[in-house]
Amino acid sequence: MTFELFIFYLLAAIASISGVMMITIKDPVKAALWLVLAFIATAGVWITAQAEFLGLVLILVYVGAVMVLFLFVVMMLDINLAILKEGFTQYLPIGTMVVLAISAMMYLVLGPERFGLEATGAPVVHSADYSNTKAIGIQLYTFHVYAFILAAVLLLIGIVAAIALTLRRRPTTEVRYQNIDKQVKTQASERLKMIKMTPVIEEPIKPKEEEEK
Amino acid sequence: MGKFLKHQIKTWGLTELFKGLSVTGRYFFKKKITVRYPEEKTPISPRFRGHHALRRYENGEERCIACKLCEAVCPANAITIESEERDDGSRRTTQYDIDMFKCIYCGFCEEACPVDAIVETRVFEYEFHERGPNIQTKDKLLAFGDKHEAQIAADRAVDAKYR
Amino acid sequence: MFDALQAFLSTFLFDWLAILITLILQTVAVVLPIMLVVAWLTYAERKVIGFMQVRMGPNRVGPLGLLQPIADALKLMTKEVIFPDQSNKYLFIIAPILALAPAVAAWAVIPFADGMVVADINAGLLYVLAVTSIIVYGTIVAGWASNSKYAFLGALRGSAQKISYEIAMGFALVTVLMIAGSMNLTDIVNAQQGGMLNWYLLPLLPMFFVYFVSGLAETNRTPFDVIEGEAEIVAGFHVDYSGMTFGVFMLAEYAMMILISFMTAIMFLGGWLSPFEGIPLLESMFAWVPQLGWLAFKVSLLLFVFLWLRATFPRYRYDQLMRLGWKVLIPLTILWVFVVGAMKYFSFGPWFN
Repeated sequence: MTFELFIFYLLAAIASISGVMMITIKDPVKAALWLVLAFIATAGVWITAQAEFLGLVLILVYVGAVMVLFLFVVMMLDINLAILKEGFTQYLPIGTMVVLAISAMMYLVLGPERFGLEATGAPVVHSADYSNTKAIGIQLYTFHVYAFILAAVLLLIGIVAAIALTLRRRPTTEVRYQNIDKQVKTQASERLKMIKMTPVIEEPIKPKEEEEK
Repeated sequence: MGKFLKHQIKTWGLTELFKGLSVTGRYFFKKKITVRYPEEKTPISPRFRGHHALRRYENGEERCIACKLCEAVCPANAITIESEERDDGSRRTTQYDIDMFKCIYCGFCEEACPVDAIVETRVFEYEFHERGPNIQTKDKLLAFGDKHEAQIAADRAVDAKYR
Repeated sequence: MFDALQAFLSTFLFDWLAILITLILQTVAVVLPIMLVVAWLTYAERKVIGFMQVRMGPNRVGPLGLLQPIADALKLMTKEVIFPDQSNKYLFIIAPILALAPAVAAWAVIPFADGMVVADINAGLLYVLAVTSIIVYGTIVAGWASNSKYAFLGALRGSAQKISYEIAMGFALVTVLMIAGSMNLTDIVNAQQGGMLNWYLLPLLPMFFVYFVSGLAETNRTPFDVIEGEAEIVAGFHVDYSGMTFGVFMLAEYAMMILISFMTAIMFLGGWLSPFEGIPLLESMFAWVPQLGWLAFKVSLLLFVFLWLRATFPRYRYDQLMRLGWKVLIPLTILWVFVVGAMKYFSFGPWFN
């Protein structure tokens, strides 16, 4: 077993175990963290398969951003597991059927006959200075440029829609908003008035020397 | 328009930030004002209120006449005085305790004393590690006063014209 | 050097063992100096801030207080690690590791001089960005596992802030790789050869500031340390941490500071290249300075700026901080991507050849 193979099996084992843990564990926060681990291990597998750009982007986008937002939401939820599990046995038969159907479909699409060297061909061994970032870039920006731009537009629409749906500007009689631009632009001269005044110095009272004596 | 442009230049040129940085940058090279305490000490006023002491007259007679004014004025009830007639018929203390844990070093005892017996000296470097020594008895206070008499007398002399 | 060692070891050991031993040795050779620098960076920080506040800073332990970091480390190590009663024990322990591990792992691709790098990979820039993005988990897991409201608030603030500034940071890096045409950090430095004018500082001046400011936010340094906000939420995500678990968070923060300084030096200040390249007299005068020396000089300058900023600026208000990130830095970076595109198209200046 070469070192590379050992790394592959290690990462694959971590990915599989954390995947299983993610769906079996009760606490949603822990489940999300297991999913993060699964992502990282998967990224490692991709990198061993010479797809370092995809692997790193997986970490950057999914682990570094998406899952953090996910954790955000999950952490702030107050989930009552007892209520969540109430109808478990009631829905068990239909649930099993759905699981079986999905598994069967997955087998048909991703079955073993689709993989292996016969199906995919042996991987091309590239020289050390081969940059698959460049290769992906050329593919994306030339052959698939329309699909790429369409995807970007779709995401933009998604952002705009999400903001439009959640943006709620209440009348200022109810809520008072801060105008940060205005706050930042404020000059000292607008709020502070420097005035000149002659200082008042208290004269010390002279002791009555004659009377003392 | 001019104001707008000025604001833009100020914002994107980060002028305010550099102004702030230049202030701290200047102070970086200034002479440091730290007093490195055990080696260096700040000057102390003659009115400093530190460790207590009981004074004597020049002939060796203790000043305290057990009038208990200090005991009465003490806001922290730190002073305990017992008195008795001495063999020569004068009124003297048999016990004069100051609880240094209770004392707040307000200096009222010194102000109240008609004979300048109880004083607060400029000694502040002392410490107690357990209960017991914090009660300064009459003997200790007198001994302390004897030890620092020169300094105490000098301080009182400087301050005398203001009292 | 390490290749030779590996070849030598594999003559009498298993291949994988030889690789493992060389890897561990390489890791130690990189991590140990960094940890030492971190230790004395804390000393430098206290000293610099002290000087700017017209005081001495630490000066009791050893000559000029130089042994202060050792005393601090000993103190932290001997202190008890307290586990809050209602905390999640496993995650509570894992959180500091999650904070430190990426901050150390990112050093794998940082070149210290030409060819002096643990892993000279093509996607070095992306690797640094990806690995440092995992640091958020240290914060967020610490805040959640402590089961304290202050810690949780700190974690929420911190993670939102880090994600926001990561975008600006990523875009700033995009402009760099647009100019350099490579994500390999060694290539990026070598592309800046030929004197100070060829450094990317000039064409990417706004990006330099954006990157550094985002770096401040990423490392939770003042003026962006709302995550700690001792006036409002005590110490943020690490209120409940004590002893060495707390120390590990500090290690991670300072290791990240050094990393950001290294990245800034490599991408904008010509890395290990001498600033006097191409100037006849000065170049020969400073020819004796090793490459590592120039890089260290630039990095220490940037680290000083980190400390200088901390001594100067008050903490940002949280909403203003988010406004700066989303409404100022990100549009600016996107604009600059187009500017760099135009510069590249017209082969502007000495940077595109």
